[in-house]
Amino acid sequence: MYITPEGKEIFVVDGHTHFWDGSPENQANIHGKQFIDCFYAYHSNLSPKEQLWEKSKFEKYSADQLYNDLFIEGPDDIAILNSTYLKDFYKAGFNTIERNHSVAKKYPNRFIVNGSFDPRDGEKALEYIHWMKETYNIQGVKMYTAEWNGSSKGWKLNDPDAYKCFELCDKLGIKNIHVHKGPTIIPLNKDAFDVHDVDYAATDFQNLNWIIEHAGLPRLDDFCWIATQETNVYAGLAVALPFIHTRPRYFAEVIAELLFWIGPDKILFGSDYAIWTPKWLVEKFWACQLPADISAERVGIQLTDEIKEKILGLNAARLYNIDIAARKAEFAKQPVLIAAE
Amino acid sequence: MPAAPHFPAELLARPPLEQVWARLDLVMDPELDEAVTDLGFVEAVSITPSLHDDTPREVQVSFRLPTYWCSPNFAFLMAESIKREIEVLPWVAQAVVTLHDHMAADEMNAAINAGRSFGSVFEDLHPGEDLSALREKFDRKAFQRRQEVVIKALQAMTYSPEWLVDMTLAELEAVTFADPEDARQTGRYLAILKAKGLAGQPSDRALPDYDGVPLTAESFRTHMELLRSVRINMEFSGSLCRGLKATRYKQADLSGDVPVLVDFVPADLPDGANSTRTFQ
Repeated sequence: MYITPEGKEIFVVDGHTHFWDGSPENQANIHGKQFIDCFYAYHSNLSPKEQLWEKSKFEKYSADQLYNDLFIEGPDDIAILNSTYLKDFYKAGFNTIERNHSVAKKYPNRFIVNGSFDPRDGEKALEYIHWMKETYNIQGVKMYTAEWNGSSKGWKLNDPDAYKCFELCDKLGIKNIHVHKGPTIIPLNKDAFDVHDVDYAATDFQNLNWIIEHAGLPRLDDFCWIATQETNVYAGLAVALPFIHTRPRYFAEVIAELLFWIGPDKILFGSDYAIWTPKWLVEKFWACQLPADISAERVGIQLTDEIKEKILGLNAARLYNIDIAARKAEFAKQPVLIAAE
Repeated sequence: MPAAPHFPAELLARPPLEQVWARLDLVMDPELDEAVTDLGFVEAVSITPSLHDDTPREVQVSFRLPTYWCSPNFAFLMAESIKREIEVLPWVAQAVVTLHDHMAADEMNAAINAGRSFGSVFEDLHPGEDLSALREKFDRKAFQRRQEVVIKALQAMTYSPEWLVDMTLAELEAVTFADPEDARQTGRYLAILKAKGLAGQPSDRALPDYDGVPLTAESFRTHMELLRSVRINMEFSGSLCRGLKATRYKQADLSGDVPVLVDFVPADLPDGANSTRTFQ
């Protein structure tokens, strides 16, 4: 729960968090080292100085640390843990569904664990989706279209194999498809600028919600165009939001652009923990006002408290059927747990 | 050898290393439309001494990027431009370009050093993708970004949209900007406008869209929205790249607020690098 300086309670759903192991012991090769190094560079580069972590802590943190940073120190009420396998880079995977589930089990009612699959695995991908649904009752998945797999250097959401997977997701009630369309952090090539596959998939799967992480940046123009046409396409703010500290005016321009094009009901907060922690992000976001010229350029739109509340929690709650009143009552009776030693 | 476009003859009077750096200043990061030298991507330049003063010489350039994962096709475009710009110098027989600390470095360097063209190496690594089409895509973005800067500067000087859509090349070239940065940016805009053949005669419209279609008072607003979104995308990449580059190589941030790259310090260079940007 975030309490504003005026004393208002804001329910926070953190739409994008991780529980990874990028430690040297788990790295399978140079790619594994370079991957976590790159994450650490994002962390070092965009965090306020007082929020910087030691490298070793960043590479591998405990479940208790995660819980503390999100719910005790941090303002989150619910956090969505996304799975990212990267088994070619990490011996036991980077951030698997099993690893995420271990923390969700330890701290019940606080986490929503999303799965992941690779449509290029064909029948195995379909079996895996069944398995994830039966074992963990997942409501969503995280997709990396740029991930390498054998000789393939990436895939598209509208590939025939991908469509078979999404048909199954639809049938099983796995409604929320998070897609990484962001800066080049994974070996990207053929789709380095492309968000157009979202257009096809979102049109063909109207029952599914397509949450585009990082709002497609640096393809915000294409993304906005698609998300304006498609009612089921959403923007995740991870990576865009930390600019609020280093370049606040730039962040204002990005959020203004999103509000102008896609409106306040389709934007989701996400800290991208542990690259960044939610406390300072939410505080700065709540304090953010659009500069007058940026607002004037876009028919006077404003980032009001009402809109901020939607972005911080109400929009994600709608997608994940979170009953906010019920959860608030439940959390009031059972405040955050301090981990038993 | 015929002079390349915009090739200043007086450059040849300067020391060889200085000539090479001057050519490198013309190489843009395609995604950011900023010079690779300003971005600090070029880590070392060396020149193989000739045995005889009149024999052509080889220039070696090594460069590195903000992350191990930077899109390989951007690296290709930059390597190709570096080679091309340096080989314009009449005394250069060959430029050898080496990329360091990158996922595609081994494949690219090996193939290039074996004398294969960038196009063929690129084709192997990116089947089905066309290097020149990619370059064209970036040219479009660079044009759009530069044009927005010019239009905004003119609007601040109270030029109206109705005026701007009919402004001729001669009129734009006659504008005196109070801010030297606006003047510099207008020079950059005019360069790409002419290079792309979008205006040449004094009476040609100075502010068409990239496809050569003249703007109208009605289309002006939509056009500016497009230019704005292009800039927002490029700024995102630009500020991330600058920041990640500085973090990766632990360069000093001397500016306080916004990261700015400083020149490389010798201790920061990999083994074998033997020339920083100092003119002797």
